[in-house]
Amino acid sequence: MSTPLFSVGQQVRIADRTPPVHHRVPAYAKGQVGVIERVCKLHGEPEKFIRGDGKPAQRLYRVRIPQSGLWQGYDGTAGDDLDIEIFEHWLEPTE
Amino acid sequence: MSKSWGPHDIGGQEGGPIDLSEHDTAHWEWQIDAMVRLSLSKGLISDFAELRDGIEHLTQEDYDSCTYYERWAKSLAYTLVSRGVVSEQQLADKIDAVRARQEAQGLA
Amino acid sequence: MTDHDKEHDHARTFQPDHPEPTSDAARVGLALRELLIEAGHYSAEEEQEVIAAMQGASPENGGRIVARAWTDAAYKERLLGDGASAIRELGFELEPYEFTVMENTNSVHNVIVCTLCSCYPRALLGMSPAWYKSKEYRSRVVREPRSVLAEFGVELSDDIDVRVHDSTAELRYMILPQRPAGTDDWSEEKLAALITRDSLVGTQRKLSI
Repeated sequence: MSTPLFSVGQQVRIADRTPPVHHRVPAYAKGQVGVIERVCKLHGEPEKFIRGDGKPAQRLYRVRIPQSGLWQGYDGTAGDDLDIEIFEHWLEPTE
Repeated sequence: MSKSWGPHDIGGQEGGPIDLSEHDTAHWEWQIDAMVRLSLSKGLISDFAELRDGIEHLTQEDYDSCTYYERWAKSLAYTLVSRGVVSEQQLADKIDAVRARQEAQGLA
Repeated sequence: MTDHDKEHDHARTFQPDHPEPTSDAARVGLALRELLIEAGHYSAEEEQEVIAAMQGASPENGGRIVARAWTDAAYKERLLGDGASAIRELGFELEPYEFTVMENTNSVHNVIVCTLCSCYPRALLGMSPAWYKSKEYRSRVVREPRSVLAEFGVELSDDIDVRVHDSTAELRYMILPQRPAGTDDWSEEKLAALITRDSLVGTQRKLSI
């Protein structure tokens, strides 16, 4: 589906799962809540490249997560954050 | 934090001071890099994801002891043998030949 | 000497200051390369062309882009809005990756990492530095960016927020550093020469004039 499911500013949760194949979601980001910072383009799905051509292409997003939410005892300002690229099929709305 | 699922999945783990020294890329490293790019452009592998997948399947020990381009070399070998572009036997024989040549040249 | 022997001579060439590696893993790479060339998948000439193209890339490319953005406000807007198209105007191409530029401001400092492997916009910045590929950088900069930046000599006060970008998928990043004061009448060329690789990755904030 090429119409993005999520929009800029929307709060989302990154799924916490570990498929037994190559995927591009770091452990530290799984299960985290953030906000869509931008809607990116359609790209081949990493999980589908190993035994195929990555199709169908999936929508990619950048998700912004406050550092204070990511790490216990984070040593920085309340405004420090981390932006990460996540594919649509890894995102759920929080409400 | 969710459990790291491979030796590469290290974001947020503890680590020591960063070595800031610059390292020239050795000629053989450029050759490995070129081999990966040519494998892609010639269709021997279909996507860079295959190479990352190979690296992610290295053992923790290999991942930690290999340098960056050594990891690429091992990953590409795994991928090309899996795909049948080269056979395990061919690769084993050629590795022996490289070792023999290096020993004869006094490199090893 | 036959053509076949010439191919093998290419395979044996080594730089005296970088002797041919003899580790098991490196031998796998050397052996694989010989097999692919012997089987005709590519030639030593093609290999040399690819290497020359890679070696031709350097942070000067990124520097040209930054200097243009500093001197041309409309270009800067295009660069921040759609980096891929904007760099094409200057003859650069990073497809299929989405080239994305992050602007440093008085209140935000940006820094780039690829925790999962070491993705880096090499066509625009040249080869990535060893520290960028290191486990220490990849593991620590997402969790303790301020102390990592301090190791690089970047001290940030509390009125500056740090934003880390983890290049986990198909975007490739470059920082647009702040233009140093006292450069108002400088040419693009002179400005471009100020820009360092580290300032484009985020491990340097202030550029010296």
